Order: sequence, then C-alpha cells, then structure tokens
Amino acid sequence: MIIHAIFFYLFAGVAVASAIMVIAARNPVHSVLFLILAFVNAAGLFVLLGAEFLAMILIVVYVGAVAVLFLFVVMMLDVDFAELRHGFLNYLPVGALIGAVLLAELLILVGGWAIAPATAHVAAPIAANVSNTEALGLVLYTRYVYFFEAAGLILLVAMIGAIVMTLQHKPQVRRQNIAAQVARRPASAIELIKVKPGQGLS
Amino acid sequence: MIIGLGHYLSVAAILFTLGIFGIFLNRKNVIIIMMSIELILLAVNIDLVAFSSFLGDIVGQVYALIVLTVAAAEAAIGLAILVAYFRNRGSIAVEDIDLLKG
Repeated sequence: MIIHAIFFYLFAGVAVASAIMVIAARNPVHSVLFLILAFVNAAGLFVLLGAEFLAMILIVVYVGAVAVLFLFVVMMLDVDFAELRHGFLNYLPVGALIGAVLLAELLILVGGWAIAPATAHVAAPIAANVSNTEALGLVLYTRYVYFFEAAGLILLVAMIGAIVMTLQHKPQVRRQNIAAQVARRPASAIELIKVKPGQGLS
Repeated sequence: MIIGLGHYLSVAAILFTLGIFGIFLNRKNVIIIMMSIELILLAVNIDLVAFSSFLGDIVGQVYALIVLTVAAAEAAIGLAILVAYFRNRGSIAVEDIDLLKG
C-alpha cells in the first residue's frame, strides 16, 4: 500500500508540475514536450487505477500521435512566439482569480461528495479474473458497439477533414489525368495525312 | 496511507484548473490554448477512469476511450485549421482572427 501511495504522489506531482510548465514555458516546443510528460504520468496514474489498456492507449494515441502532431505544427509554422507572449502578465490576475475560484469549488465538491448507497447502480461490473483489456472488450464490442462505431466514424471524418483542409495543389505541377488517358481514342489521337511527293508538309 | 477516490479527483481537479488557467494566460497563442484543452480532456479522463476503478464499473473506461477518440480528432482538425489559416493569413495570433467580425 505504501508503494501505491509513493507512486501515486510521484505520478500526480510530476503530472501537475509538467502541466504548470505547459502553460508557463516560453518556448512552445518545450510546452509540447511537457505535455508529453504530463500524458505519460497520467498513463502511470491509469496503471495505478487498474486501467492498463487505457494507459497504453493514452501513450500510443497522445504521445505517439497527438503530441507529435503538435510538435510538427509548432516547428512548421514560422511564428514569432515571443511576440505572442507579449501581454502575458496582463492576463495573470484575472486568470489566477478564475482559476482559484474554480479550483476551490472543485476541491470543495471533491471533499464533500459521497455516493448515495441507494443509487450506486453499477451498469457493467468489471468481470472477475479477466484482464482489463478483455473486460473492456467484453462490453465495448457488445453493449457499446454503436459507440465504438461512432468513434470510428469520428476518426474517419477527422482524417478526411484534416486532409482536405491542408492539401494544396500547385498549379505548375503536372499530374496524371487518368480520365483523359482513358477517354483517348485512335480517332482523336492519330491524324492520317497524304503527303504529295516533293512538297512536304506545310 | 490509503489513496482513495478523492486523491485522484483532486489531481484531476488541479489539472482541469490548470487547463482553464492556461487558456486565460496564453490568450494570444492558439497552439498553447489547444494544449490547454488537451489538459482539460485529460483531467476528465482521469475522473472517468477513477470512478470506473473505484465503483467497479467498466463503463467509465469505455467513456474514457470515446473521450480519447474525440480529443484526438479535435486535435487533428484544430491543427489542420491552424495550418490552413496560417497559409492564408500568415499569422495565428488570436486577435488577428477577426474575419467574421464577431
């Protein structure tokens, strides 16, 4: 139990510290790297909670895809980030005020909260002596298969949308026009000319 | 000492607040704002998984999976919009994004 507590405070502390650095770092590349650190530590918290599959998915999806996407965009755009940080301290008081109020509300809620025993209804209890991944798959592909398919649809729409928005055709690049190639016929491609001897073609 | 549900909810609350705070603090930089949104979604995911684990109900993890999917799609679409906008206007400062005159 003491090991559990030590690792909880380790993961939680590093996650919170790196979240602070995400919003406070001067260089956006450092922000992305601290975001990766925060996600890895959140994955550690998920492992402590017994959600191994989601922990691995968090690392694969966030660290492997989303954070790298952020990193690409930050490095690809030629933006003067120092200029964007101008006026950083002007927003500090109102942000700190709202953040403090929100945090106080949430912590009061967490402190004074309890599950009413009559309403503690478990929709799908975690099956005993199966692994977390198997338990998740047992409900994800049966009771929640429509959610699963909707998630796939969302990813498809996001993929098509992102490609359509960022694809650009350069006018000077000659591309293969398959329709024009298929529609080509001998009548339009070949011209037969009778050449009189000694005159040549004009 | 025993780590209970309240500990995890507190961590999630702190991360959520940091996300909100980041949006206020970096009002000019869209990329940091999007990272703050990712932090907020991560906090929600920690909440969902903590409830799932302590109530013995796997549905919370199914929801966390869906939230993860939506967060990934949102990041991809948002960054694509950002790249397209930067190509057209040459700037991603939030105060320059006023074509709609809202």
